[in-house]
Amino acid sequence: MSAEFLQFLLAGLTAGAIYALVALGFTIIYNASHVINFAQGEFVMIGGMTTVSLAAAGLPLPAAIAAAVLAAAAVGLALEKFAVEPARGASVVTLIIITIGASILLRGLATLVWDKKIHALKPFSGDAPIRIGGATLAPQSLWVLGVTLVIVLLLAWFFNRTLLGKALLATSHNRLAAQLVGINVRRVLLVSFGLSAALGAIAGILTAPITFTSWDVGIMLGLKGFAAAILGGLGSGPGAIVGGLALGIVEAMGAGYVSSAYKDAIAFVVLLAVLFFLPGGLLGRRGAERV
Amino acid sequence: MLKRLAVAAAALFAFAGGAAFAQEPIRIGSFLAVTGPAAFLGDPEQKTLELYVEKLNAAGGVLGRKIQLTVYDSAGDAEKARAFAKRLIEQDKVDVIVGGSTTGETMAVVPLVEQAGIPFISLAGAVVIVEPVKKWVFKTPHSDRQACERIFVDMKARGLTKIALISGAGGFDKSMRAQCMQVAKNYGIEIVADESYGAGDTDMTAQLTKIRSAPGVQAVLNCGFGQGPAIVTKNYRQLGITLPLYQSHGVASKEFIKLAGGAAEGVRLPAAAILAPETLPDSDPQKKVLLDYKREFEGRFKQDVSTFGGHAYDGLMLAVEAIRRAGSTNKEAVRSALESIRGFVGIDGVFNFSPTDHVGLDVSGLRIFEVRGGGWTVVK
Repeated sequence: MSAEFLQFLLAGLTAGAIYALVALGFTIIYNASHVINFAQGEFVMIGGMTTVSLAAAGLPLPAAIAAAVLAAAAVGLALEKFAVEPARGASVVTLIIITIGASILLRGLATLVWDKKIHALKPFSGDAPIRIGGATLAPQSLWVLGVTLVIVLLLAWFFNRTLLGKALLATSHNRLAAQLVGINVRRVLLVSFGLSAALGAIAGILTAPITFTSWDVGIMLGLKGFAAAILGGLGSGPGAIVGGLALGIVEAMGAGYVSSAYKDAIAFVVLLAVLFFLPGGLLGRRGAERV
Repeated sequence: MLKRLAVAAAALFAFAGGAAFAQEPIRIGSFLAVTGPAAFLGDPEQKTLELYVEKLNAAGGVLGRKIQLTVYDSAGDAEKARAFAKRLIEQDKVDVIVGGSTTGETMAVVPLVEQAGIPFISLAGAVVIVEPVKKWVFKTPHSDRQACERIFVDMKARGLTKIALISGAGGFDKSMRAQCMQVAKNYGIEIVADESYGAGDTDMTAQLTKIRSAPGVQAVLNCGFGQGPAIVTKNYRQLGITLPLYQSHGVASKEFIKLAGGAAEGVRLPAAAILAPETLPDSDPQKKVLLDYKREFEGRFKQDVSTFGGHAYDGLMLAVEAIRRAGSTNKEAVRSALESIRGFVGIDGVFNFSPTDHVGLDVSGLRIFEVRGGGWTVVK
């Protein structure tokens, strides 16, 4: 394995881990409600921007991060409570359009609360590069990969071991049956929005020292996360992670060996190819839908 | 008798005063990237224009007429810039346009001003704006070709002859890349690698990895502006590359150092002396102008001056000087007055316009700066 290849792989894994976190946010809400939440990217932005502004105001970094995750979760809960729940009788398409509206609103608010400038967050533990077999890795990349791993483990535990997590899973499998056995489906929906928002915020905070953050950073990250979720198979947790990492690596390899000018296009070509040839995604549910 | 004379004089004064008040204001129009990715250009430019129009009006205006400034925010978008320029020309009926933070915006507007016949002073960098010379289009910053030449002189002095280029996808980025490739051989510089990155790209490690493995490379030059160069700089250190890194004059602001953080240490770029006017000898003709502008701007806005605000200062002052010389706002008279300006001391340098030179600056106004201890230092 050449040093060049290793370098592209590391860059791809770092970007891919972020995509995976965003894709997981899409997946959780999709499972609970069959809604694709297009405001997912805005949670990423809120996480990054809140951390930057609180850290600039003098708050220690861990406190700023905790506050930012809570703030994003609160926005997620409010979005469900005030925009999605009042329209719960509406079709899924209507709900999706509501989330698009919410994303535009949140971006607009961000330009008022903060500004339209680009902001940088200090890396969590310095920026002295770590050398690995001819390639180098920023310490922040380790944070990204490590935190993503921890979150994936926590989510696995949450969905398989806790009552609330099982209730979420049950709702995703059959909403009516879940309701019949006494699961409070509305609470499940609320929790799913809060959880997705927190995940998005964490992604935004982890990546802010590497790629900077600004009011419109959520558009691209949201779309990439969506592409990753589709690639892995919409609705599948492991699919979101595999899809995210695969997308990140394909992008980095494409930029390295083909042309970096088409890096963003690669993600969307992958998205289209999956929709054409493998609509269920890599790990999605197989089988035809019965009408 | 005396009394009657006094009344007549008073009446005359009142008449003259009334006439001055009734006179049309001088309309200066502008479209700038006040928000968006190029906000670090448009923001100080707008502030500078507003500050100095206010000062000029407080001092009685120009030719006894007040200046009326109209600024639109193009957000760095060429389409919007075009629409706003149209509005400035057709609705606001401006006498002169000073604006265009980026080359993309400027080039989108050039056909409009050429057709309408309005003097237009651009604040953008690329040489395509004034080459070939366009009748109505002038610009204040040094061109990208001059920046390339200045960088190559510095490289040569350090014995660096094999270099790699990494460029963005914007108008300025592409133009500077082309100019650098064109003049490189005049300075004995060989370009051994040539990479590019997209407009919203957030990770350039792949490109820099390729550059690192290019044979014999001794230095890297990043043609770009916006957040791209800051990410390039960060990735550069992250990859552990120790070769000298040069940036363009497009990122000559504190903003760049803030974004790139510690990774910016040691980065060199060519820029006008406004980055560190205190370091100039007292004999330098520009020193007073630079210090005055720095004091005014920093006193008012509590933020550091950048070269970009300086471009706007020069644009406004050159427009005003031309209107004074023309004695009117007749567009053709103002245009030819602009062409006749010689030895005008501005922020970017000493301007000597001519019918064949619509930049009016030579390379001597550009100095090489290096980031040391989180600030800009002139390299002697």
